Amino acid sequence: MPSPTGRIAKPATALALAGAVLGFGLTGCAAQPDPDTVTVLNSATDTAEHEANQDFFDRCAEPLGLKVEQISVPADQVSSKALRMASSDSLTDILELDGSELPQFAETDGLRPLDEAGVDTSAMSDSGNALGSFDGTQYGVARSVNSLALIYNTQLLADAGLQPPTTWEELKEDAAALTQGDTYGMAFSASPNADGVYQFLPFFWTAGGDEAHLDDGAGAPALELWKDLVDEGSASRSVVNWNQQDVNDQFLSGRAAMMVNGPWQVPVLSAQDDVDWAVASIPVPQAGDDPVPPIGGTVMTIPKNEDHPERESNAAKILNCLNSEENQLAWGERVNNVPTRADAAQAYREENPELAAFADLVLTARSRTGEVGTGWPKVETALAGAFQSVLTGRSDPEAALERAQQQATAGE
Amino acid sequence: MTTSTLPARPEAPARAPRPRGAGRRRFHQWLFVLPALVYLLVFFGYPLVRNVLMSFQEYTPRTYFTGEAPFNGLDNWHRVFENDLFGDALWQTILFTVGSLVGQFTIGLALAVFFSRRFHLSGVIRAVLLLPWLVPMVVSAVVWRRIMDEDHGVLNSFLETLHLSGDGVPWLSSPSVALLSAILVNIWIGVPFNMVILYGGLQEIPRDLYEAAALDGASPWRTFRSVTLPMLRPVVTVVLVLGFMSTIKILDLILALTGGGPADSTQTLGTLTYQLSFLQLDFGQGAVVGNVLILISAVFAVLYLRVNRADLGNGGTR
Repeated sequence: MPSPTGRIAKPATALALAGAVLGFGLTGCAAQPDPDTVTVLNSATDTAEHEANQDFFDRCAEPLGLKVEQISVPADQVSSKALRMASSDSLTDILELDGSELPQFAETDGLRPLDEAGVDTSAMSDSGNALGSFDGTQYGVARSVNSLALIYNTQLLADAGLQPPTTWEELKEDAAALTQGDTYGMAFSASPNADGVYQFLPFFWTAGGDEAHLDDGAGAPALELWKDLVDEGSASRSVVNWNQQDVNDQFLSGRAAMMVNGPWQVPVLSAQDDVDWAVASIPVPQAGDDPVPPIGGTVMTIPKNEDHPERESNAAKILNCLNSEENQLAWGERVNNVPTRADAAQAYREENPELAAFADLVLTARSRTGEVGTGWPKVETALAGAFQSVLTGRSDPEAALERAQQQATAGE
Repeated sequence: MTTSTLPARPEAPARAPRPRGAGRRRFHQWLFVLPALVYLLVFFGYPLVRNVLMSFQEYTPRTYFTGEAPFNGLDNWHRVFENDLFGDALWQTILFTVGSLVGQFTIGLALAVFFSRRFHLSGVIRAVLLLPWLVPMVVSAVVWRRIMDEDHGVLNSFLETLHLSGDGVPWLSSPSVALLSAILVNIWIGVPFNMVILYGGLQEIPRDLYEAAALDGASPWRTFRSVTLPMLRPVVTVVLVLGFMSTIKILDLILALTGGGPADSTQTLGTLTYQLSFLQLDFGQGAVVGNVLILISAVFAVLYLRVNRADLGNGGTR
């Protein structure tokens, strides 16, 4: 291309501008924030939740002469946001992940083991610590955890002269007896995502199912139970579309006498007067079996920051403070989750007897990623496929679990 | 399309007498193209090349921390093609796209023809019909999820009142109906767009053609086939190609309506990419499915350009 003299300025400027745009766009903004500010990436997009978090952060940061700044994105976007931040070296000082996402981040070597960072997790319960550990190393600390229980409409059960069911047989009988008119006896979430799988696990695990060997036959009765509830008309066929929020809505509108749900619904349940409710343990296959519900919740991690070790130690101080007995208890009560410290959990149980069922369950609850680690997302997809195909009559339980095992281990 | 034909004209007379001026002029012409070129390279070329490269790499969360993404040949492609879901998703994507386009286009065209006869309140009704298009897709999907609820949805109550169905239709809870339901909702969303563009096209057809057809004694159906449709052809191509592009990559509607279920019966290539990349965090495999989508779109884009060029050529010789 000939370059006419005298006119060079304009194209050069244009090129420089284009170059600048390119350069700016590709490097991103990697500027370190103020040294006295600790940044946090979490999923507290809800205003009340965001403010509650800020309260606790401020409570811990002020005595240390620090400030805490939260960046909150919707829960399902935390991991992709964190990855993008990591690629531009702008990851926050504290990263709060869902427990099931921890292994994939721990495996990258981008997180600081908590004992190196100086965070003390020795007072937490084993199940609480399981949520934040990967390959025997503690990378994340959970302030509080949740699980699942059977929440029932006390009025409807009393009218039918029933006690909350404790075994699967009772569950089926009671659900059938409670199904009348517009009301189903039982509601649960069987949606093809994390919600549905979380709700399937207490049944699958209590039956003896193993997420690493889905096709060993032990988990099939759990699929059978869900299928029976739907086929006998004791639960709606729409359960395959319901997430846990939908299940709660069904319960609150009186269309379900019992439901599986978690303690995070307690504020919604308490805020209304139409339905009287109580909490019981999830029924087990045979009387005397121990329930094995999944443990859920978020864990706080400290991403490595080799250039600024003081930022890591500030983050560690905040985590230690958030996990004092007093703060854990206060936080647990604020969000209706069970504290992970044994002492705080005991106090929580005494102060909130109506939620004792949750507090007890957490002791025997199991982490989703404890056995399969980074393989969990695949197992989750495979399990969802299994119960969806059984509930819609596409497959019988054994065949569905065999296919699920193939999917979960494909490419290994 | 137009840029390739336009520059030819001013260049021709300048060539012989003043070669230096022609060079400068050509440079200036390129200067006008430059911003578009830079834009294309940055916002289309770069992501496209990255996506193709990514499909041959082991691209995992680790990559974001270390910057390392080792090449693994055809591993990602093998795994995706061995995945049962890929075949299902491809087939369901085709059904979804063809079903949606046929429905959207037929109803859209019928409404456009209907509204091209001016009558009282036609403007107002046309504006109201635009609403489904203005509502965010996720909102529509959430509303339809309630409407199509098997037990308490308005749709089933309506059908029962009319005694059209005794048992509730499992719109979203049966694998054999869910894809159809998703197509119906997407038709509802897409009709206004088709109607508006086709209505615009109908307004462009000269009135005298219809008068001539009337004088020749053509029936309404004959007029529609021999005057309206041929004159509308360029617009029809645009509507169908744009509709195809936006339908084949469907994600938000399905995620909010069924989440790909029940039993994967509404999984499409879009939801599969989402699942692989953002739930399983295997960005390499996600990129493979993305590339398949790009490839399908590219084939149709080329077909579209050819058809369009043929149309332009005809117009030019007259």
